[in-house]
Amino acid sequence: MPRLNSAANLESLRQQILNSHKGKRVVAITNGTDGRTRHSEVVFRALNDEIKKQGLVGKVAVKSTGCHGFCEQEPTVLIMPEEICYVGVKPEDVPEIVSQTLAKGKVVGRLLYQDPTSGERIIKESEIPFYKSQDRIVLGNNRFIDMSRIDDYIALGGYSALAKVLSGMTPQQAIDEVKRSGLRGRGGAGFPTGMKWEFCRKAAGKPKYVIVNCDEGDPGAYMDRSLMEGNPHSVLEGLLIGAYAIGAAEGYIYVRAEYPLAVENVEAAIKQAEDYGLLGDNILGSGFNLKVHVHRGAGAFVCGEETALIASLEGRIGEPRQRPPFPATSGLWGKPTNINNVETWANVPLIINKGADWFRSLGTERSQGTKIFSLVGKLKNTGLVEAPMGMTLGDIVFNIGGGVPDGKKFKAVQTGGPSGGVIPESLLDTPVDYEELSKLGAIMGSGGMIVMDEDTCLVDVARYFVNFLAGESCGKCVPCREGIYQMLKILNRICEGRGQEGDIESLQEIGETVRDFSLCALGKTAANPVLSTIKYFRDEYEEHIKYKRCPALACKELISYYIEPEKCQACLICLRECPAEAITGDKKVVHVIDQGKCTKCGTCLEVCPPRFGAVTKLSGVKVSEPARKTEVVRK
Amino acid sequence: MVQTLIVADKEVDEIIAKYQGDKSALIQVLIEVQRQKRWLSKETLKQVSERLGVALTQIYHITTFYKAFSLTPRGRHSVTVCLGTACQVRGAPRLMDNITQTLKINAGETSTDEQFSLDTARCLGCCAIGPVMVVDGEYYGKPSRKEVEQVISAKEIET
Repeated sequence: MPRLNSAANLESLRQQILNSHKGKRVVAITNGTDGRTRHSEVVFRALNDEIKKQGLVGKVAVKSTGCHGFCEQEPTVLIMPEEICYVGVKPEDVPEIVSQTLAKGKVVGRLLYQDPTSGERIIKESEIPFYKSQDRIVLGNNRFIDMSRIDDYIALGGYSALAKVLSGMTPQQAIDEVKRSGLRGRGGAGFPTGMKWEFCRKAAGKPKYVIVNCDEGDPGAYMDRSLMEGNPHSVLEGLLIGAYAIGAAEGYIYVRAEYPLAVENVEAAIKQAEDYGLLGDNILGSGFNLKVHVHRGAGAFVCGEETALIASLEGRIGEPRQRPPFPATSGLWGKPTNINNVETWANVPLIINKGADWFRSLGTERSQGTKIFSLVGKLKNTGLVEAPMGMTLGDIVFNIGGGVPDGKKFKAVQTGGPSGGVIPESLLDTPVDYEELSKLGAIMGSGGMIVMDEDTCLVDVARYFVNFLAGESCGKCVPCREGIYQMLKILNRICEGRGQEGDIESLQEIGETVRDFSLCALGKTAANPVLSTIKYFRDEYEEHIKYKRCPALACKELISYYIEPEKCQACLICLRECPAEAITGDKKVVHVIDQGKCTKCGTCLEVCPPRFGAVTKLSGVKVSEPARKTEVVRK
Repeated sequence: MVQTLIVADKEVDEIIAKYQGDKSALIQVLIEVQRQKRWLSKETLKQVSERLGVALTQIYHITTFYKAFSLTPRGRHSVTVCLGTACQVRGAPRLMDNITQTLKINAGETSTDEQFSLDTARCLGCCAIGPVMVVDGEYYGKPSRKEVEQVISAKEIET
């Protein structure tokens, strides 16, 4: 690898790379963590083998890329320049893809995405409804970059923002540009990034540190992982620009324990950038130095909080501490430190290259740019969505996400992870930005959006999050440690049918105390899931408490499985499958569940043939036991 | 006076050497030892304490705080159930019931024959295929009760 000693060196390398790519067809397969759960690696190997077999080596470039966004359909294969997108690709599809599309440019119709409403097959990725209304300025590059190749990033203009800053901008000018862009922290709190940088730059004390927070702990959120796996250089370039602006010479990347591929890819990226002279000493011949280390987390949600993360980096347990002093003045080893989230760093090179005005043209008055959301739960199109700030929740859930599957009814969307809140259908017109979501008692958070349908019980959802937080509270401060536990006790009681008059009020009172008196953001936001579900779904709490009834038929202790005698066709399937041997019956004799033996595992409901649909769930009623040995009514 | 170790584990020493005996790399060292040994024995903890010059109580503090560490032996096969929010609303509690009934152990436990360990994960970030079960690194999306039983019994035969 040649070492790059100037911006001009970088430019000529870029030209060389672009020339070497000319005239080649490119096939990119999604081979990140999500793809791998569906055996994308086998497809990737098959692609390489088949290209060799069919004599196309040198004419086609194969790229193993990170997630493109539409996880539901992975592994997907994207063929450029035609932009032909194949979904749900299996190894046996590969020979046809190679012989038809890669060799001749012909489309294999059966592998295209089929619009579920119109039935139409769609050739181009950008025309798939899931992608159509997105604005993928940050995540969009994943599809053009092989996870292990720095050259792919450079070909797209990578590191030109760094070159621009190093060769023509003072640190203050770089800070001013980021300030003017309006970029706010994408990790959750939404603090203005440029201002944070400036505090750290002006702080007394040396050395200074920069940190990438990739401790993405919110369940149901994985946008940072996808960026770190798929486009690690965009994060590194942002970090380099930030380090230059702040005056830091050392940086850390803190990656969550559960993300081994992200660690692998960013470590490889650091090595490559060092080899090119884009990291390390005298970067691009400018005299600016930056050394970057990767630190793996050991599994603690609270480490996403910046002071806890710093404690963890120092080799201690991840306990947050009182702020101020903020890390900008006293952070890692007591020195001025700037921490930003992965997505925030990845936005920086774009702002430097395209300018603050361009960035401001996206989004709303107070929240500029785009935000990546992980749109998951009960909806048709699960995946990562990048939308301009200000798009309404309804547009995201229904236009991009395709709404709720299986003819079920939408109930609520939960934003912001365990610290967030639940938003009901009546508020789906709300534009998504930091302030609007806070007004509703939810938060933007790191961008998790979990869609829930009529089968989801919101008391149970509140219990789920509180249980999560009870396990993750570090235990340092009393309101968080004890308050969350007390909320959990009450929620468990309600879900198990032992709720009492006054429980809702106790939850509110404890929730407000935890919110107002906890040390860090974990506790301060811990009551959001409880308070927001009470606010919008109070009747559901009351049903549980007063009538011991779970309207969503979800709380195990409050439901019974029941076989409707007039529908049962005595097929013996549920009787054989029941692991508790709780079902009696015989050929031609209606099957009956012994409620005393039933463990409520739901197997009977799962195996009852849909054409009979005889098994149902009941709640809040006494299950009537039919007279034994009823003959079936044949239809 | 710290009691000298009877037998120092070579692999552990190699990991410590990789980090040049740096105290602040304690967590990184423990992560690697955990990965290699599958658990952290008392002897291992003593060795790390002695080599890095970190008090044993501090190491105990850390290994009980972070979830990546186990102070009890782990099974040869690891079964993990994702309890992320997306998996939760798509039926993770039922999947968990099926698995605990099949393995006859609860989350966080290891079977008495040291065949299986069952764990929960906060979120594995593959929400599109949830609820997710991971067995020895292989992912299974929305497995039925039958599939769970098949996967587990295949592993039992394997060893």
